[in-house]
Amino acid sequence: MEGLIHQVMSGIANGSIYASVALALVMIYKATHHINFAQGEMATFATYISLMLINAGVSYWAAFLFTLVIAFAGGMVIERILMRPMMNAPVLSSVGVFIGLLLIINACSGWFFGYTIKSFPSPFPSQPMLGGYVSGHELGSTAVTLVVLLLVYLFFRYTRLGLAMRAAAFNPASARLVGVRVGAMLGLGWGLAAAIGSMAGMMVAPVVFLDPNMMFGILLYAFAGALLGGIDNPLGAVLGGFAVGIIENLGGAYLVGTELKLTLALVIIVVVLVVKPTGLLGRAVQSRV
Amino acid sequence: MPALLEARGLHAAYGETKVLHGIDFAVQEGSVSALLGANGAGKTTTLRAICGMVKTQGEILFSGQRIDGRATEDVARRGVAHVPDGRGTFLELTVEENMRLGAYTRKDRAVAADFDRMFGYFPRLRERFHQQAGTLSGGEQQMLAIARALLLRPKLLLLDEPSFGLAPLIVQEIFAIMRRIRADENVSILLVEQNASLALDFAEYAYLLETGRIVVSGPAAEIQQDEAIRRSYLGY
Repeated sequence: MEGLIHQVMSGIANGSIYASVALALVMIYKATHHINFAQGEMATFATYISLMLINAGVSYWAAFLFTLVIAFAGGMVIERILMRPMMNAPVLSSVGVFIGLLLIINACSGWFFGYTIKSFPSPFPSQPMLGGYVSGHELGSTAVTLVVLLLVYLFFRYTRLGLAMRAAAFNPASARLVGVRVGAMLGLGWGLAAAIGSMAGMMVAPVVFLDPNMMFGILLYAFAGALLGGIDNPLGAVLGGFAVGIIENLGGAYLVGTELKLTLALVIIVVVLVVKPTGLLGRAVQSRV
Repeated sequence: MPALLEARGLHAAYGETKVLHGIDFAVQEGSVSALLGANGAGKTTTLRAICGMVKTQGEILFSGQRIDGRATEDVARRGVAHVPDGRGTFLELTVEENMRLGAYTRKDRAVAADFDRMFGYFPRLRERFHQQAGTLSGGEQQMLAIARALLLRPKLLLLDEPSFGLAPLIVQEIFAIMRRIRADENVSILLVEQNASLALDFAEYAYLLETGRIVVSGPAAEIQQDEAIRRSYLGY
C-alpha cells in the first residue's frame, strides 16, 4: 500500500511536467493546427541557458525567471522568422520545418553546451516530505507547475489579451474584423508556450539530469497526455498529462517494469487514436444552424 | 459633403479569378446603401475588399482617407465593423466573450452601458449571456453578430446578408430592430442582400451588381418603382 501511494505521488510529480509540456503543445496546436515537435528541444535549450546563468553566479530563482523571459522571446522569434512565412504552406512543409527545428536546436544544445550529462540544481529541500511519500523536489516542482498552470488559466479566462488570443486561435478571420492583431497573438502564443516548456525543463532537469536529449521521452509522454485528454482542449491536456504520469509510474512498478515505461506512452497514443481520436475531453463544437 | 465611404474603380480578385471589374459606389454619412445582385455577382467580395480581405486595385476612401491595401484589423480600428458572410461568430466562446471581443479595440469605460443598450435591442442575448455561442439559433447568432459589430462603435457597418438562412418571421424581427438601430445609433450602413424588396425598403440608395459590374444605381425608392429593373434584375 505504501508503495502504491508512493508510486501515485511520483506519478503526479512527473505528470505535472507532462501536463505543462502537453499544455504548450495544445496552445500551439489550437493556434496553428500543427504539433510543435521541437517543443521539447526548445525547453532543453532554455534549461541549458538557466544552468549557464546559475553557474555564472545568478541565484536560482532569478535565473528561473530570466530563463522564462528568454524562452518567451525565443518562442516569439521562432514564430516570426520560421512560422509566419509557413502560414499558408501545405501541412507536410510545416511538419518538415518542425522536424528540422527539432534537429537544429538539438544539435545546437550539444554544440554549445556539450553532450556530457550534467546535474542540475533543485531549489527545494532534498529530504522526504508528507510522511516520506514524496521528495522535497517532487512536491516543490508540482507546486510550481500547478501555480503556473493556474496563472495561465486565469490569463486566458479573465484577461482581455487572453480572450483576444483565444479568438485569434479559434477564428482568425473574425478576430481581425474586431480589430485583433492576429499575427501578434500568434507570436505571444509561441512565446507563452516556449516559456511554459522551459519551466517544465528546469523542473525536470534535477530528476532526469540535463543532456541534449533530455526532453525526448518527456515530449512523448506529454504528447500521449495531450492526445488522451483531447489535443484541442487545454484542460484535457493538463489532466491527460497527470494521468499519463500516474499510469506510467504504476505501469512501470507493477505491470511492465521500468524498461518498457516509454512504450506505455506509445501504447496510450495508439489506443487513443484508434478508440477515441478526440481524446477524453475533446469534443466537436456544438453548433446548430 | 464628401461621402463616408467611397470606392473608385475598384477591382478585386481571388488569385487569377477576377470578381470585381472596376466598380464605383459610395455610402453617405448617416445613410444606408444597399448592394443587390444575384449569387456570385460580387456582393460579398465588395465587402471583403473594403476590409482588406481580398487583393484589390483602385481606391477606397473612408472619411476621406485611403484604406485600400490596409490590414483588416487596421480598417476595423478606424471604425468599420463587418458582419461577415456566415456571421463570423466565435462558436466556441460564450455570448459574453463574443460581445467583449466586439469592444476589443475600445479603451473607454462606456462598454458596460453599451452592453445594456445591446440587450435593449436584443433581449435574448441577455438570456443567453453565459451560453456557448455555438448553441444559439441562427437568428440569435445573427443578433449576436450585429451586437458584436455595434460594440466596436463603428462609423460604418457592413452587413452581409442578415436574412440568410433565417425564417421569414425572424428576418422581419431583425429588420425591425435594424430600423431602431438606424434611428438611435450614429452609424451608416452598407447592406448586402439577396432579398431585394427587403433591402430596398430599408435603404436610401442602392447599387445593382451583375457579374462584378454595377449595372444600375439610384435612390432605392426609384429602383423600387421601376418595373423594368425589378423584372429584369430583381425578379419580383
